[in-house]
Amino acid sequence: MSGPRRSGEPGTIRFTFDGKPLLARPGDTLAAALLANGIGLVARSFKYHRPRGIMAAGVEEPNALVTVGTAGRGEPNTRATDLFVYDGMVARSQNRWPSLSFDVGSILGLAAKALPAGFYYKTFFGSAKRWLLYEWFIRRAAGLGDAPTAADPDRFAQRAGFCDVLVVGAGPAGLAAALAAVEAGDRVILVEQDSLLAPSLVRDPQELDPAWAEATAERIRALGGRILLRTTAIGYWDDNLITLSQRLAEPGERPPAGTAQRLWHVRAKRVVLATGALERPLAFAHNDRPGVMLSQAVRTYVRRFGVIPGQRAVVATNNDDAYLTAAALRDAGTEVVAVLDTRPAPAGANSGFPVHNDAAPLATKGARHHLREVSARVAGKVVRWQVDLLAISGGMTPVVHLHMQAGGATLSWDEASQAFLPSTARQNVTSIGAAAGADPVGPTLAAEDPAKSFIDFQNDVTLGDVDLAWAEGYRSVEHLKRYTTLGMATDQGKTSNMAALGRLAEKQGVAIPEAGLTTFRPPYTPVTMGLLAGRTERDAGAHQRRLALYQVHQAKGPIWQPLGYWKRPRAYPKSGENLSQAALREARAVRTAVGMTDVSTLAKFEVSGPDAAALLELICATTVAKLKVGRGRYTFMLREDGLVFDDGTVWRLGVDRYLLTSSTGGADRMAAHISYVRQFLRPQFKVSAVNVQEHYAGIAIAGPKATKVLAALIDDDPPRHMSTVAATIARVPVLVLAASYSGERAFEVYVEATKAEAVWNACEAEVTSLGGCPYGMEAMEFLRIEKGHLVVGGEIDGRLTPHDLALDKMLNKAGAYVGAQGLARPALTQPGRKQLVGLDALSGTIPEGAMLVQAPGQPAEGHVTAAGLRVLDGGSIALGQLDGGFARHGEELLATSPTRRQSARVRVVAPHFYDTLGERYRE
Amino acid sequence: MTRYSALGLVRGVFNGQSHWQPAWRDPEPKANYDIVIIGGGGHGLATAYYLASVHGIRNVVVLEKGWIGGGNTGRNTTLVRSNYRLPQLHNFFEFGLKMWEHLSDELNYNVMFSPRGALMLGHSDADMTMLAQRGDAMRVSGIDSELLSRDQVAKLEPLLDMSRSARFPIEGGLIQRRGGTARHDAVAWGYARGADRLGVDIIQKCEVTGFVREGDAVVGVETSRGRIGAGRVAICVAGNSGHVAAMAGLKLPVESQTLQALVSEGVKPMINGVIMSQSLHCYISQSDKGGIVMGGDPDNWPSYAQRGQPMVTAGAIAQAIALVPALSRLRMLRTWGGVTDMSFDGSPIIGTTPVPGLYLNGGWCYGGFKATPASGWTYAHTLATGAPHVLNAPFDLARFRRGDTIDESGAGPMPNHR
Amino acid sequence: MMLISCPHCGPRAQAEFTYERTADSVIQPDAAPAEAIEHLIARANPRGLDDEVWRHTFGCRAWLVMTRHRVTHAIEAIRAVGPEALP
Repeated sequence: MSGPRRSGEPGTIRFTFDGKPLLARPGDTLAAALLANGIGLVARSFKYHRPRGIMAAGVEEPNALVTVGTAGRGEPNTRATDLFVYDGMVARSQNRWPSLSFDVGSILGLAAKALPAGFYYKTFFGSAKRWLLYEWFIRRAAGLGDAPTAADPDRFAQRAGFCDVLVVGAGPAGLAAALAAVEAGDRVILVEQDSLLAPSLVRDPQELDPAWAEATAERIRALGGRILLRTTAIGYWDDNLITLSQRLAEPGERPPAGTAQRLWHVRAKRVVLATGALERPLAFAHNDRPGVMLSQAVRTYVRRFGVIPGQRAVVATNNDDAYLTAAALRDAGTEVVAVLDTRPAPAGANSGFPVHNDAAPLATKGARHHLREVSARVAGKVVRWQVDLLAISGGMTPVVHLHMQAGGATLSWDEASQAFLPSTARQNVTSIGAAAGADPVGPTLAAEDPAKSFIDFQNDVTLGDVDLAWAEGYRSVEHLKRYTTLGMATDQGKTSNMAALGRLAEKQGVAIPEAGLTTFRPPYTPVTMGLLAGRTERDAGAHQRRLALYQVHQAKGPIWQPLGYWKRPRAYPKSGENLSQAALREARAVRTAVGMTDVSTLAKFEVSGPDAAALLELICATTVAKLKVGRGRYTFMLREDGLVFDDGTVWRLGVDRYLLTSSTGGADRMAAHISYVRQFLRPQFKVSAVNVQEHYAGIAIAGPKATKVLAALIDDDPPRHMSTVAATIARVPVLVLAASYSGERAFEVYVEATKAEAVWNACEAEVTSLGGCPYGMEAMEFLRIEKGHLVVGGEIDGRLTPHDLALDKMLNKAGAYVGAQGLARPALTQPGRKQLVGLDALSGTIPEGAMLVQAPGQPAEGHVTAAGLRVLDGGSIALGQLDGGFARHGEELLATSPTRRQSARVRVVAPHFYDTLGERYRE
Repeated sequence: MTRYSALGLVRGVFNGQSHWQPAWRDPEPKANYDIVIIGGGGHGLATAYYLASVHGIRNVVVLEKGWIGGGNTGRNTTLVRSNYRLPQLHNFFEFGLKMWEHLSDELNYNVMFSPRGALMLGHSDADMTMLAQRGDAMRVSGIDSELLSRDQVAKLEPLLDMSRSARFPIEGGLIQRRGGTARHDAVAWGYARGADRLGVDIIQKCEVTGFVREGDAVVGVETSRGRIGAGRVAICVAGNSGHVAAMAGLKLPVESQTLQALVSEGVKPMINGVIMSQSLHCYISQSDKGGIVMGGDPDNWPSYAQRGQPMVTAGAIAQAIALVPALSRLRMLRTWGGVTDMSFDGSPIIGTTPVPGLYLNGGWCYGGFKATPASGWTYAHTLATGAPHVLNAPFDLARFRRGDTIDESGAGPMPNHR
Repeated sequence: MMLISCPHCGPRAQAEFTYERTADSVIQPDAAPAEAIEHLIARANPRGLDDEVWRHTFGCRAWLVMTRHRVTHAIEAIRAVGPEALP
């Protein structure tokens, strides 16, 4: 009998691997459970599809990746060593076809000699189309597991944490540090990525009684410390912010409370890194075969999981620690046939094992995808052993990832342990225990067949690949990494980086620290993206704002239109009507009778105080101070570069009190702008500027009968055009502004949002009684285009000046508004700039957004910003921007939309198609 | 130099791939060059390559502070496209896109330009009109662009959430089928190998610490490896433009900000092309190794640290999952930051500076990678002739003072409002 | 993510704040055009300390000026601006 097995009970937890039903014991990782079931072949490597088994017992595992879970819970590339088996677990091997033991992709391994590092840079030439074809095959051969195809059914939670001391790693050092901190009165959070406290004590109980860990944890908890298991510190950010991922369910498992994982943002005054160390493999030919395992991992499987990874073993090492593994194997009944120690005698002399000094493995052979033979060079001779387990140890690499992510941190090189140790850091962080220092190691003997000696197991990078990269000039460590893909696999180079650095230093003829280091990038271990997105994922992180009058509109079954954070009614179709029919009916009602619409989303600011006018004259490019109380005017705003970015109206409600409205889409930007001008540029002003966008709902009433509607609703006379009056409607106080966007006599009624429904209903009763109806944004668009009114995001696109938009006559001559200086730049008054024009169709319908050209094949001279129609007479009309447009009225052009295969001949006209004298505003 | 070919790889089977030569030399810097290029990123190396190959100027050096291709060339999300609305931009990038189509052959280095299609999603009728406008502008300029229906989009990318109840439902899209991705490192390495072959010196680990002046003019650079005289000096260090220009006393319309990107673990093909969005700010593609590559907004605050804050990547991931829900259970493998030159109109700067002898290429915001060939070509032209190529003439530094900005988004001069 | 000490609220996560502009970009509306345009188009943008204008947008909404290092992100000084901060 050979290969891994379990002693004692098989366990009671049922799971499947590649469809085969198996049993596990509580506390088993999948890796332990597979070994317990005699399964050594677990995966196929990325590039050559080489058979791979289990190499490690922790998060550094490069080989044993599986897909676990089904449908939306399926998690590809899950490390079998970091996955605790639960009842009903479904795990599958990946990157193989048709089966794990017979994988067609492994023919790539036969071609390996022709496919060295970076081979793809040297071939597959020809046209881009041809590469696309090659790539089709390459993409299918690459990748690892299959991506899930369904949405994730589970939730992810997020939480903030604050503490005096965050301790990462609940090994003996971490537990002791946490205990000391709580005893000193600090608020402490202690996190451990394993499901067990101090798992190293279970592996090495001779160091300290494992019961000590539980007792210490009890004391920490009793003193108010928090301990989180299955929790990984994944990133270290500015000002001691650490992100933690906490597993509340295992990968692929249905979470008991619906939440699969929790993301913590912990701000700590001090961080203690007790993150331990990772064992380094040795490089020799076919060191990647199932049955070749890291020494400490072997000990972990024996002592923690009761699994015996092999019956006859060779242990190969350059340090003392591996002798503990030999002892553990012997205690478990495994025959240790040789210990190969790279160190000269007397290393290991009294261990009681057959020790060979100056010895290291040369190569392995296998049968049925498992180790069968180890050969080594011992005192110049090749010696062979028939074994099913090879435990290897190249010394320990302290886990310094988080230390290095802290920013501005440095490492120091320790020659004795051949390891980088944490040194200085900018933030308040210390490393302790095995993360801060490692035991001495002996020499690493040179691999005799570099092309078959793997260092990055998952990506199939060999020492030979490192040599090739060097020979080809990829000599900085970052070039080496990128050229060979070393360290780029899902294990992030945890077991490979030191071997590569060693080889690079050897090539350069320098010491390892001079060879350079790659960046340690977050996360420490790969982290579920749904966890990072948290609760915002399904709304893309964008909240929605609901209109105060939402229910009123919804009852009418409108077509909704998204607009920024809002949805507004686009039209209220009657049965059988489509959007444009409904919109045309609504627009005609406004032109012939009366209509009403919800304008609540407009930005609104109440500006009051002795300096209110002065503030507004900074923000607005028009005059404001000259307004009489009760009057209003159109206005527009410039950015500092002199270009128009928003427009609206400004109203003088009292001697020192103004209301400013501006566009819906620009509301937040305008709020920030006003705040900047007031708070930063003019702190000495006596003025208050309050954003009242959502405090007031707004209802516009427009049409020849609008005055009649108002007269029926309010006690006073309806205000004159561009005047305002305070009134009550349905016993609710309202502010009535006489302003028109539609081109008809019109009013805007503003009311406290919570009381808007009563006012809307009162208005609607009057409007309907006069033959009118509510109208939506589509009708509003028809009306304003016909009238030549501007819209932010259309004509006002952030690229035009007041002159380009024919607004220059309204500019405040005094000129001290924001943007006045920027506007003085010479190119902004050049002739030939894009200028606002009207477009009248000579044939066909003008497509919105179309390009304006002289003829097909000619360059664009402008474009259609908005297209509509003459509401009463029909006929396609539009607004546009055209090079030197003011001087081109009468010219004929083609408005063409090749993407929609639409075009229309147009005549350039003034941008006013309706009531050009503005007589309809006034009675 | 060994020519790259499949045959060469087969030959390597018999010699252990031992016949390959270094892709570039490691020369000592000379005392003088006709042109000194500061910055060994893709743009600087491409500039050197075209100076030598097109203009016959081979006495050129590229000075790199670290290792070539180690800045934004090696940190971007590898998208290549020319789907801009404004003609100055789409004409420039289209010139580049045409170069991409033959770049692997030109350089005899496979840069893996993969025209798998760059799809921009629309989430409302208004979005679709904006996309049509963009597409129409491109088509009128002779650039491919196609408006797609919902069904066409769903067929192209089956894992997109096409439900009507999505926060940003997908109404259709605009695709540039010739757009796609390329292998970023290979672009730097391919240009380096090509330039080196033509005699250009590439000096790594050589930091420029100052300019040598003669009167107003720049006539050389001080470096960590000594003084190097130059006929013309070309800054090409996007991300650090402000820092290097300051050594010549120049203040630029540029702020340096961190742009982060991330990649998931590798999986079998799930995303076919490049997915972008008109309303959201994430972009998604899948690398040949299977990792899902994603990016989003810049961090929106000034930094030279190549280190962002986690909320920004989380935001990009949330948007990506909203578009492709199956991404939720994939794991983020790596996240990293690059320092971008955020210019004050969102467009690059390529041309002369007020300092005689000193030229500037920078201000690439988050769109520089795809420009590499066109940027190198036009910058080389500018350096060789002293005057801009017709394609980079609009992108001069003086445009900001004149008011001739090229503002694709219309967002104005504040980079963090873009 | 930095920890920013708002002069009004105390230390808060950077997520509550928005960066608005560099101090050398501030244009006074009554500045001479030539001077204003310099502020509009030219930045020191140092790889080191600079003065920046931030706002506690998702907190007290007050405006702040901080001296911050562009590489280490260390905040050397922070002060309130606005009406409440006037002498």
